[in-house]
Amino acid sequence: MPSQGPETLLSVSGFHLTNTLLATLLVDIVIVVLVLMVRRRLSLSPGKLQAAVEGIVEYLQTTTERVAGGRTPLIFPWVAVFFIYIAMSNLIGLLPGFGTIGFRRPEGFVPLLHVSTADLNVTLALAVVSVVATNVIAIRTVGLGTYLKRFFALNPILLFVGLLELLQELTKFITFSFRLFGNISAGEAVLGTMSSIIAFVVPVPFLGFEILVALVQGLVFALLTMAFMTMLTEPHHKEE
Amino acid sequence: MFTLSVTGGLIIAIGAFAPGIAIGLIGAKAMEAIGRNPEATGRIVPNMILAMAFAESIAIYSLIFAFLR
Repeated sequence: MPSQGPETLLSVSGFHLTNTLLATLLVDIVIVVLVLMVRRRLSLSPGKLQAAVEGIVEYLQTTTERVAGGRTPLIFPWVAVFFIYIAMSNLIGLLPGFGTIGFRRPEGFVPLLHVSTADLNVTLALAVVSVVATNVIAIRTVGLGTYLKRFFALNPILLFVGLLELLQELTKFITFSFRLFGNISAGEAVLGTMSSIIAFVVPVPFLGFEILVALVQGLVFALLTMAFMTMLTEPHHKEE
Repeated sequence: MFTLSVTGGLIIAIGAFAPGIAIGLIGAKAMEAIGRNPEATGRIVPNMILAMAFAESIAIYSLIFAFLR
């Protein structure tokens, strides 16, 4: 069975080095190296790598443009960062070696690397970044007055709707973080169970499905951030 | 010592029932819309994913309760 949650590899004076932190750093290094590689041989007739990267960025940008319109330059960086980081982390987590190479400790097997998005701390951090960024961008674009008017109004019906919107802002933390965490850790559990039943051939279709899930979850996180940012930076409500 | 607990399983089973149907319906309707008007795919897919996420969030609440039980 795969291990659940982050395990501490070593702790130095209160700072715990967990295996998900190591995986996060690995993903960061991979992304930075990839960016540097693409930047170094930037050319007008793109090679395979450049074409792939251009395709991903272009798809994200056209999707953002279609939804956000004129606010694309403001929203696109967040969408791209969330998609690239989450999809990359999920995909790298499917590589062999994750969760299988590690140490034997008295309390059990401790893997050296563990998918970072299957750790609730990481997904909650991503959710906090997304929600806080959305609200800060909203206040900056529409101004504090219009922003507050969304949640508080004198009309009782609008006040009720505003309270619901406020509740939605708070539940976003939960839904964003648990959606990603649930999907990825459930996928990990399924793969672990399947390979512990029959180790050969049987896990392969599930592995293919997990690749799909990895990409779709990154896309869902990015698209939801994009949709909420677009909704909250709407210049003003229709005046009745 | 062997104790049988079905609470968590029941919570997620019942809680994921309706969102499962909802996501299926959303997907079916979106496919129908794409089939009728393939040029609108780019506009339908983000909205489909957004609606699916809202339906899914109910299943996520029950997932949390299943963990917390």
